[in-house]
Amino acid sequence: MKGEGFVWAYSGVSSRRYDSRTTIFSPEGRLYQVEYAMEAIGHAGTCLGIQTNDCVILAAERRNTNKLLDEMSYSEKIYKLHDDMACSVAGITSDANVLTNELRLSAQRYMIAYQEPMPCEQLVSSLCDLKQAYTQFGGKRPFGVSILYMGWDKHYGFQLYQSDPSGNYGGWKATCIGNNSANAVSMLKQEYKEGEMTMKEGLMLAVKVLSKTLDMTKLTAEKVEISTLTRENGKTVIRILPAEEVTAHIKTHEEEEAKEEAEKKKDK
Amino acid sequence: MEFLIGIQGKGFVLMASDTASCRSIVSMKQDVDKMFKLSDKIVMSICGESGDTVQFAEYISKNIQLYKMRNGYELSPHAAANFTRRNLAEYLRSRSRYTVNLLMAGYDKTEGPSLYYMDYLASMNKCPFAAHGYGSFFSLSILDRYYREDLSQDEALELLQRCIDENELQVEP
Repeated sequence: MKGEGFVWAYSGVSSRRYDSRTTIFSPEGRLYQVEYAMEAIGHAGTCLGIQTNDCVILAAERRNTNKLLDEMSYSEKIYKLHDDMACSVAGITSDANVLTNELRLSAQRYMIAYQEPMPCEQLVSSLCDLKQAYTQFGGKRPFGVSILYMGWDKHYGFQLYQSDPSGNYGGWKATCIGNNSANAVSMLKQEYKEGEMTMKEGLMLAVKVLSKTLDMTKLTAEKVEISTLTRENGKTVIRILPAEEVTAHIKTHEEEEAKEEAEKKKDK
Repeated sequence: MEFLIGIQGKGFVLMASDTASCRSIVSMKQDVDKMFKLSDKIVMSICGESGDTVQFAEYISKNIQLYKMRNGYELSPHAAANFTRRNLAEYLRSRSRYTVNLLMAGYDKTEGPSLYYMDYLASMNKCPFAAHGYGSFFSLSILDRYYREDLSQDEALELLQRCIDENELQVEP
């Protein structure tokens, strides 16, 4: 270890000294690798989560829309974790697969121990412990993945969480990760009506925010994936909306948009 | 002679145990506490190999308290019972098994009261009434005859007294 320090001391003065390893703080007290990981997520497909009174909604942008691509699975970005939880990821997909595997494993381990589904926050925090470890130990890079989790548990009801490559996590009423997420969050902040939103309004809001933040002229069902988590007869139901329903929601949104536009013109 | 009993009634579970520590035919001690409070709403009574009982009960009880500290809410009786069973089953298959029989009673906001029976082979059942030890041979038939789901606390106490009386009659003191 002594030798290592010696080499570094003479290896030139630049941020390079601090960003080749995750375990090293820069003189300003920053962890570059973690920040770069966050940067990677900023370029990834957008994911959006909204919590309403009777459900949680996750909506995600689909990036891989090639005509030649064989449809491997119905859902590309939304993963079911256990009976009461699902998540959506933004970032490096291969990293995300490792993490979702880990999440499912944790959930099943809890199930084996207690014969009860794992409470949402415990699952999120167990994964964040792993994410955090990669920012501190041994020459590996952190996971370039942010995750939105939607879930229900008997302690706190409907919940929405977000976790970062740093291992930070938090509960949200509505939030967004991935490309252009800052804009989406500020839009959500304006439009979110606390404690008085229904599932329908939530879906409308999701479509509205996505249509404004995604880099495209017209939103289509191929480009977005929407899923809902509701409670029916004492059971959690996680549903990935079929393309026709998504199209219908987009259509209603466009009609409303047009109506507003027309009214604005009238006022002028 | 060792004796644990639990009777679930309307909105409660009545738990009782003897306080004797016996080895073979010798009664060593008459003031052993065989009941352990695991959390605000869960209690466990335990009998069997005398060192194992305390060791295992404390291990489970501290783990359940740790869960509360970590998560801010308590384990439900169902989860606590399954957690205990899992541990007992894993120890059973190790070199150092715990030879303990236990009853666990708890109250849950949505599920109401519940009583779990578990033996040293880690078989578990949720029962309306249960008993362990020699006392169970005489009590279970009484419980089978007189138990009702809507027992009041006084009725449950009366039923318990019946079981105890029968025990005193049958077991040579």
